[in-house]
Amino acid sequence: MYDVSRIRDDFPILEVEVYPGVPLIYLDSAASSQKPVVVIQAMDDYYRQNNANVHRGVHRLSDLATHAYENARQKIAGFIHAPDPAELIFVGNATEGFNLVAYAWGRRHIQHGDEILLTEMEHHANIVPWQMLAEEKGAIIRFLPILPDGTLALDRLSEYLTERTKLFSFTAVSNVLGTINPVNQLIAAAHAVGALAMVDAAQLVPHIPVDIQALDCDFLAFSGHKMLGPTGIGVLYGKRHLLEVMPPFLGGGDMIRRVTFEGFTPNDLPWKFEAGTPKIAEAVGLAAAVDYLDGLGMDAVHAHEQLITNYALESLSEIPGLSLLGPPGAYHGGLASFTLDGVHPHDIAEILDKDGIAIRAGHHCAMPLHQRLGINASARASFYVHTTTEEIDKLVTSLHRVRDVFRLG
Amino acid sequence: MDPGIYREQIIDLYEHPLNYGELEHPDFSYEEDNPLCGDVIRIDVCLDEDNRVAEVAWRGDGCAISQAAASLLTEEIKGLTLGELKAFKNERLLELVGVPLSMARVKCALLSLKVLKAGAYGIPSPENMRSHD
Repeated sequence: MYDVSRIRDDFPILEVEVYPGVPLIYLDSAASSQKPVVVIQAMDDYYRQNNANVHRGVHRLSDLATHAYENARQKIAGFIHAPDPAELIFVGNATEGFNLVAYAWGRRHIQHGDEILLTEMEHHANIVPWQMLAEEKGAIIRFLPILPDGTLALDRLSEYLTERTKLFSFTAVSNVLGTINPVNQLIAAAHAVGALAMVDAAQLVPHIPVDIQALDCDFLAFSGHKMLGPTGIGVLYGKRHLLEVMPPFLGGGDMIRRVTFEGFTPNDLPWKFEAGTPKIAEAVGLAAAVDYLDGLGMDAVHAHEQLITNYALESLSEIPGLSLLGPPGAYHGGLASFTLDGVHPHDIAEILDKDGIAIRAGHHCAMPLHQRLGINASARASFYVHTTTEEIDKLVTSLHRVRDVFRLG
Repeated sequence: MDPGIYREQIIDLYEHPLNYGELEHPDFSYEEDNPLCGDVIRIDVCLDEDNRVAEVAWRGDGCAISQAAASLLTEEIKGLTLGELKAFKNERLLELVGVPLSMARVKCALLSLKVLKAGAYGIPSPENMRSHD
């Protein structure tokens, strides 16, 4: 039985009053999630009891830290059903994952005139690294269009995905529209034309059970801080045979096997891509987050979010002048983006904030998508393990107040 | 209920902006957006023979704060010299807006002044540069 009130007790920040007498209603988990006490505690314990550098010392603490770091990798690999933990690179965030692939894989394999396929609903993290690569190589970036209902134009896939396509990189779940894309179908389509497939899983891994073997993607990236873990850590998954022939990304300590005055030999996977002292405490924190999510059960987490999301979409659709973005009533990621006639999203967010409600307003790092939708900005409420229907009711009440302030009654 | 920053005057100006529109032959004109929130403001200014603001018009799209501030600013600068425009203080505009703003919203309030000053200093606006391509 999924007990939201018990789960809420695990999040110290939910007891915070954002203004005197105004409790926090946090509806911005898609931007960054809050942390359960077990995550905070795990990092605190690490710094109090185990802190040292990894893969270097022979002393006791270095050994403990190395174990903690590599156990975290193993645990997170298990969480996404990756059989080989060495295929998981710890990076700073999903953004760094895309940059790593664009640099280390892209610079070697993308030639003049090659095509990289993205979609119109991508986050800037899955656009800009490819634009940088394309500019350098003279490659061509194409964008699979979206339909008016906020889903991908799948019937045009064969027009965009051709033998010229070397990589198809797309989001599993849109951070603006909430669209859940048919990931398996898109990966298979990429492979059918000989292209690699990379998945932006920043809004997937925190919310929906993932089996990387079933997906069969070539690369996949996600961020720790969106899945109850700390900031500063993310994961890049890559198939071993691809990672092995890729040159290193950053150079320095930990990523080398041997350095001479003449040159260097890179380390084995995964350390080849982890230059410098890694994100040790962050890995420990992310492992605790994964343990916590496993304890709740990802199926239960997903079911809870579906319940909250459907409730929110239905409640919001009754507000006059409010237009929801994304697939109507369909299977929908844990968020609701909208515009309100006559009120700029920043003004919505400001008034909601006075009621303690935290939402995102702006372009959510998806400017091209907003351009396609013909709007400058939107407001987004996003949900997670601790969101309640009562919070959605308060959101709706507060949105009515926004209309009153702007004399739209 | 405390209206917070959305006092009557702000909403009035949002609904009924002052000096809204465009001038046919401005002496200078500048447009800029705040890409973070999508606010965009363009200001056209006509000077008289003493280099004082004779006519000013603005147009744009954005939040209530940026739009109200543009009305208040354009009202305030009528009759000022080019030199006085260049010396116009941020604090003065925030005073005119007259509501307490968070760090993020101060940027909204000051967008119109940023646009005005860029125009006064003769900086080519990003849009002008594009149109000359």
